[in-house]
Amino acid sequence: MRVQQGGARIDRSRTIFFTFDGKRLSGHPGDTLASALLANNIHFVGRSFKYHRPRGIVSAGAEEPNALVTVGEGAWVEPNARATTVELYDGLVARSQNAWPSLDFDFGALTGVASRFFPAGFYYKTFLGSAQRWTKLYEPFIRRMAGLGPAPTAPDPECYDKMHAHCETLVIGGGDAGRAAAQAAIADGRVILIDELAPIEPLKGVRILSRTTAFGRYDDNLVMAVERLTDHLSPGQRSGPRQRLWQIRAERIVLATGAHQQPIVFPNNDLPGVMLASAALTYLRDFGVLVGQRIVFVGNAEGADEFRAAGAEVTLLDRAASAHGGKCVSAVTTPDGRRLACDALLMGGNWQPAAHLHAHVGGKLRFDETRHCFVPVPHEGSPTMVGACAGDIPVVAPVPPVVGPKAFIDYQNDVTIADIDLATREGFVSVEHLKRYTTTGMATDQGKLSNLNALRRLADNVAAQCEVVGTTTFRPPYTPVTFGALAGHDRDLLIDPARHTPMHDWHVANGARFEDVGQWKRPWYFPQAEEDMHTAVQRECRAVRNSVGMLDASTLGKIDIQGPDAAAFLNLIYTNAWLKLGIGRARYGVMCREDGMVFDDGVTVRTGEQRFIMFTTTGNAARVLEHMEDYLQTEWPHLQVWLTTVTEHWAAAVVTGPHARDLLATVVEGTDLSRDAFPHLSMREGTVAGHAVRLYRISFTGELSYEVHTDARHGAAVWEALFEAGKPFGVTPYGTEAMHVLRAEKGYLIIGQETDGTVTPDDLGLSWAVAANKPDFIGKRSLARAEMSRADRKQLVGLLPDAPVPEGAQITASANDTAMLGHVTSSYWSPTRDVPFALALVAGGRAKIGATIHARFDGKAVRCAIVDPMFHDSEGGRIDG
Amino acid sequence: MLTIPCPHCGPRDQIEFRSGGEGDRPRPADPSVLDDADWAEHLFLRRNTRGPHRERWNHAAGCGKWFTLTRDTHSHRFVP
Repeated sequence: MRVQQGGARIDRSRTIFFTFDGKRLSGHPGDTLASALLANNIHFVGRSFKYHRPRGIVSAGAEEPNALVTVGEGAWVEPNARATTVELYDGLVARSQNAWPSLDFDFGALTGVASRFFPAGFYYKTFLGSAQRWTKLYEPFIRRMAGLGPAPTAPDPECYDKMHAHCETLVIGGGDAGRAAAQAAIADGRVILIDELAPIEPLKGVRILSRTTAFGRYDDNLVMAVERLTDHLSPGQRSGPRQRLWQIRAERIVLATGAHQQPIVFPNNDLPGVMLASAALTYLRDFGVLVGQRIVFVGNAEGADEFRAAGAEVTLLDRAASAHGGKCVSAVTTPDGRRLACDALLMGGNWQPAAHLHAHVGGKLRFDETRHCFVPVPHEGSPTMVGACAGDIPVVAPVPPVVGPKAFIDYQNDVTIADIDLATREGFVSVEHLKRYTTTGMATDQGKLSNLNALRRLADNVAAQCEVVGTTTFRPPYTPVTFGALAGHDRDLLIDPARHTPMHDWHVANGARFEDVGQWKRPWYFPQAEEDMHTAVQRECRAVRNSVGMLDASTLGKIDIQGPDAAAFLNLIYTNAWLKLGIGRARYGVMCREDGMVFDDGVTVRTGEQRFIMFTTTGNAARVLEHMEDYLQTEWPHLQVWLTTVTEHWAAAVVTGPHARDLLATVVEGTDLSRDAFPHLSMREGTVAGHAVRLYRISFTGELSYEVHTDARHGAAVWEALFEAGKPFGVTPYGTEAMHVLRAEKGYLIIGQETDGTVTPDDLGLSWAVAANKPDFIGKRSLARAEMSRADRKQLVGLLPDAPVPEGAQITASANDTAMLGHVTSSYWSPTRDVPFALALVAGGRAKIGATIHARFDGKAVRCAIVDPMFHDSEGGRIDG
Repeated sequence: MLTIPCPHCGPRDQIEFRSGGEGDRPRPADPSVLDDADWAEHLFLRRNTRGPHRERWNHAAGCGKWFTLTRDTHSHRFVP
């Protein structure tokens, strides 16, 4: 009930309204949901996790284990909000949790009646049997019965912000000790003060972050905090981000985080109306709320006179034998058997410093025998602790626990003292084992009100000092943080940037379906009318084989390589020889890692005496640059070579097919395209539609092929000019899927598809591209190992299966053999031969050409003939047109 | 998250860097003279030090430079 005394945090001149489980109630601005409920004489606000016991408000702050409610409606719903930290606003809608069909009559409370059958380790002892029994029977049952508030199902309509800050001094905690520390630090530079509550009185020279919780401390004095910007406002008044995630680097950190009073353990100490004495005093002083009229204190009785002055009848007890009541405490039994009626039972337990942020980065705690709690031990570089956090707390003698039914240690996870004792008897005497076996301290409150009592009980049980038993590890977050705050703006389209080529709009206008390749959006295929993917891809492939097709190859990685030692550098990076490559000539190269495994492949072109342009696999461009840069800087700094990524500077169109030269002849100016003047693997310059282009004869289809590269700004114009010029030849745009089919028919590999980091150049049939006579190259020493030339290594071969086989299918010798010989790496339908075909890595595969093996998948076995990985134009005549 | 002192840019957040593993392990000038065991030692075996540890870092999202620092793997502090 609301009284005339106290009320420093509320504005009594205004009344606001809210609902709890549909009931309309009133409060004042400045109330928390908990203080407003208590002002309306409501203690019973939820049911417990496991036994569904009635639970009330225990604390007045972030340590609250019981009073978890669902706040808001629709997409704004937030489960498991602590009523003790939710600021009241007009129109707030709150609901109780974990009760069905209602808080007053809850079906699940029957588990409480049967609770003697649900002891510690119950799950481990009961839910045994097959995995299927777990997923079909046990887990759905447990999820329905346990768990807290249901998560919202609609997307979060709010936005969240992030902020980085740097300061000389970061003070966490806005109480007297924190304010004094902030004041004293002003002379040393920038000061930030973090406080959990609504705005406090400003301090000149100090940046105060109110409604902010520092939830984690990390290496090098990084503190993460979440600022609640609009949670205290009615939804109609909210604008801007809901919360802001702060990442603060500080030279010095001062912890003024206070201390938490601990509950006292006795039977039924979880009844609504049984609460911390300090919390009841906070409700009286800050909110003008008297939590009961017949109050009994157990243990320390600080503030008893204030309750009397407010009109309550107050009784003081050293201990309680048991509490009694149904949905609220109604009486307490004294150790000598007297029964006293009461409507609030206040636990005057001892205090535990809130040293969580000290301990997050490995800060140690020691047990203080005088104050009966763990206090932080400062070390070099640790935060400075001040006030209650440093151990400046009332010295309160601990009240010994009373063992009996329903004497709770951990309210949120429903762990009783009997569970702790059982765990000890069963041998779980390490504090970390005790925690995992009983789940004490593992709820969302992280044991702020249970760890100390649990540890003390364990210590008593094993007759050890608390110091020896120690504590479990403290980990962030101090209080739960919403995923929205952690994600910030990095959601939906902003989760990862999309890269578009200069021709992207043309592809969209021409009906392309897109494929993600890294961050790139690449045309996958261009369906016409009602075509499905298979039909479209087969049509695109036939157009390339029979006439001419165009592919957007702008995404290929491109690295500009310059310097007097550029050729010598390439000679070390690639497995083949590069010193004698002529200007204007191109060469295919294979790149290995130092362990001899293929890392990338591609064509590099010499554009000048000291200049090359390297083409890399689309998805590997950044890695190849990093790889080369690492060697240049650290292993061969004497080489004068400079690397620049130019991937996005150049747009590239592939023109390929028997009519490729005819097409280009109508649109390229200033270049002799004839077969002898412009041979395969060479480069020429010219113009298309008035734009300078570089033409490369590089083929990834096996057909006569040109890559037309131009300044990215003119990529779309050149593409359109080429396409227009191709119309008389029936030019067909094709996408990555047709590209894959066409290259596979020629046995050309794709890094990451035919390779997986365990494949050497020889495994791929590329020993012709390894210059064994070079003195050194990356991978050479590893390739010289005997292991690398074993005849039974997996080698790339072609397969002609009786029916299509999926990529990844395992290869065995016979249909029922179990020894795995390799796997299918690529599998397509050949548009040229109209049969399924595949590439595979098969142990000793090259020696098995002509033999039959089986591809195994989904319990099926498909017979395949092993063939040379070359399904089209094995003479290679088509490449010159 | 560590603060890493880039010798070229000054202290920056770890998120800007790529780790390159144990430092001071230069590639042998002529790998071909090493036997298989020595080559494997160079290529694969690392010390897993507890305490001061030489390690390579690349300021990938900054100046792009590789450098080697000493960090105490127990305290996470960089040692000058």
